[in-house]
Amino acid sequence: MQSQFPKLSLVFDQLSDRLQATLSDVRSRGKLSESDVDAAMREIRLALLEADVNFKVVKSFTATLKERCLGADVLGSLDPGQQVIKIVNEELTGLMGGTGSELAFASSGPTVILMAGLQGSGKTTACAKLARFLREAGRKDVALAACDVYRPAAVEQLVTVGGRVGAHVYEQGTEADPVEIAAWALERAKEERRDVLIVDTAGRLHVDRELMDELARIRKRIKPHDVLLVVDAMTGQDAVGVAESFAEAAEFDGVVMSKLDGDARGGAALSVKAVTGKPILFASTGEKLEAFDRFHPDRMASRILGMGDMLSLIEKAEQQIDEKQALDLEQKLKKNQFTLEDMLQQMRQVRKMGPISGILGMLPGMGAMKQLKNADVDEGQLDRVEAIILSMTPEERANPALIKGSRRKRIANGSGTKVQHVNQLVKQFDQMRKMMRHVASGKMPDPQQLAQMGQPRPRRVRR
Amino acid sequence: MQARLIEILAEVAATARTPIDLSGEPAVLLMVGVNGTGKTTTIGKIAWHLSKEFGLSVVLAAGDTYRAAAAEQLAEWAHRAGAELVRSEEGADPGAVAYDAVEAARARDADVVIVDTAGRLHTQSNLMDELAKVRRVIAKQLPGAPHETLLSIDATTGQNGLRQAKVFAEAAEVDGVVLTKLDGTAKGGIVLAIADDLGIPVKLIGTGETLEDLRPFDPTDFANALLSEG
Repeated sequence: MQSQFPKLSLVFDQLSDRLQATLSDVRSRGKLSESDVDAAMREIRLALLEADVNFKVVKSFTATLKERCLGADVLGSLDPGQQVIKIVNEELTGLMGGTGSELAFASSGPTVILMAGLQGSGKTTACAKLARFLREAGRKDVALAACDVYRPAAVEQLVTVGGRVGAHVYEQGTEADPVEIAAWALERAKEERRDVLIVDTAGRLHVDRELMDELARIRKRIKPHDVLLVVDAMTGQDAVGVAESFAEAAEFDGVVMSKLDGDARGGAALSVKAVTGKPILFASTGEKLEAFDRFHPDRMASRILGMGDMLSLIEKAEQQIDEKQALDLEQKLKKNQFTLEDMLQQMRQVRKMGPISGILGMLPGMGAMKQLKNADVDEGQLDRVEAIILSMTPEERANPALIKGSRRKRIANGSGTKVQHVNQLVKQFDQMRKMMRHVASGKMPDPQQLAQMGQPRPRRVRR
Repeated sequence: MQARLIEILAEVAATARTPIDLSGEPAVLLMVGVNGTGKTTTIGKIAWHLSKEFGLSVVLAAGDTYRAAAAEQLAEWAHRAGAELVRSEEGADPGAVAYDAVEAARARDADVVIVDTAGRLHTQSNLMDELAKVRRVIAKQLPGAPHETLLSIDATTGQNGLRQAKVFAEAAEVDGVVLTKLDGTAKGGIVLAIADDLGIPVKLIGTGETLEDLRPFDPTDFANALLSEG
């Protein structure tokens, strides 16, 4: 499963950078004066405004923040900087929706989820991604209803992506009335005992009264358990107006934030909850149908402040890593019997957790390491390493020292690479083994050394 | 005061204004932009105007080979506009589709080719490279083409619009912006920054979902709307 976090870092990076710069200044002082707090608040206000956060939201947010920071328990404490960071963290979490909210599920019969949003916000894709997500989470039989009869080929699109995630799609073409299609699909879903019915609707402008009215009628007719508003993360100040109009017509319960893999600063994400009181439930973060996950405001706030997201990382690792294998590996490391074969297995496991750049982003302190932040980890290079190892015989994988002249050539030919690539891999593997000996013997490796190891080698992003 | 402000804003918005270049034989238009900004719909509208109002023969190239049913969507617009469609199967090389479309247009002596592309976030460098490649394929086949590369920007987009324009301009040499979805409450103020910082003018605006809802950009109207209440 791909997490929301790999690329989310991009969205919030600039905001995060500014907050961290401001707070590290506060952190370095033992004592905090009122003017220190004022200066920090000014920075935070600017950072949020630059991030497209609604100006009213910014105003009330910094007011609350300041009040708390000037409280006696902060100014009087031994480490006021830490206290400020803690408060900013809590308030940011609150601003984005507090601890994770949940979808409401039906106690009996299908759970009905209605999706709404502006044109191009990503509803149809989000429908399929949500269906996939719910199926992975154990709701086996998820169906979709195609109620976008306006956009050309919207029905075909839903049928195709629905098919890809193994969801049944109820559709009646484009001649029928969307309200009737929704009602008919619900009847069918009940008869066919589906667990979940997700209703896709046409994109509509919040000022289009006729279509907003249609949405309200769909809602009344099928009585959904959840109404989700899909919001494009790149939306500017207009997001708030949109959310308010949809709140009125569709009474939505939560938000799906789409296109969070871009570099928009996420102001919409920060404002919608504050204005409508509705939490962001899901984040959609990529082209692939797996790129969809729960949105965790608390974890996101930690990330913004550069505290890392160990919780998500641990969860991912638990999903992917087999405990027995992990124990085996530990034994091997202790006895220094780690082979290229093991490395291949490890690499595959780690890659199952999603893109490497995302995993790095979750580590505490990594956000601050500039060279890693700007590294565009080349997944293709990892493919090459896999190919090279796969072209080795079992003996060679166990004992890379065997790899000399003609073997090198054979491996390079077999993997479609060059001899120097093979050399490079063997050399890097050697370094890695040396370092593991250190780790196994209880010494922590020097992070500088880790960064230089270059496996995979960070590549500067072309800009 | 207000009038002067409108004048100034209109001046910024009018940066480097030139009409859409249709001098090529055939004239090749390339449409690029982030997901969901309205590329395919805009192409449908442009094709309709060119074909119904100017009597030009138009070929559409279904270069979005990634999103499910994107080609079907464009086919419907081609049908409405009376344009011809060149398409391939899903997952095909968009450069090849563009190539075939230009080839077909030359063989049939068509006036205009409009190439659709898959929506892509400007942060995905591999997809931006792909866009540059589509451009190269077209240029190689027909020197001077694409004659016009249009970037669609959603009017609701915030500060990020400037980044989008910058990166797309680097990858695909954008000639103009199509500002879409102006029929909502969003005013698309970000195009001022795009015109001012990057010198890329807005050429067309999209104001609705029917074929007629496409207009040339008028800087004064735009500046007026920007400063109006509500």
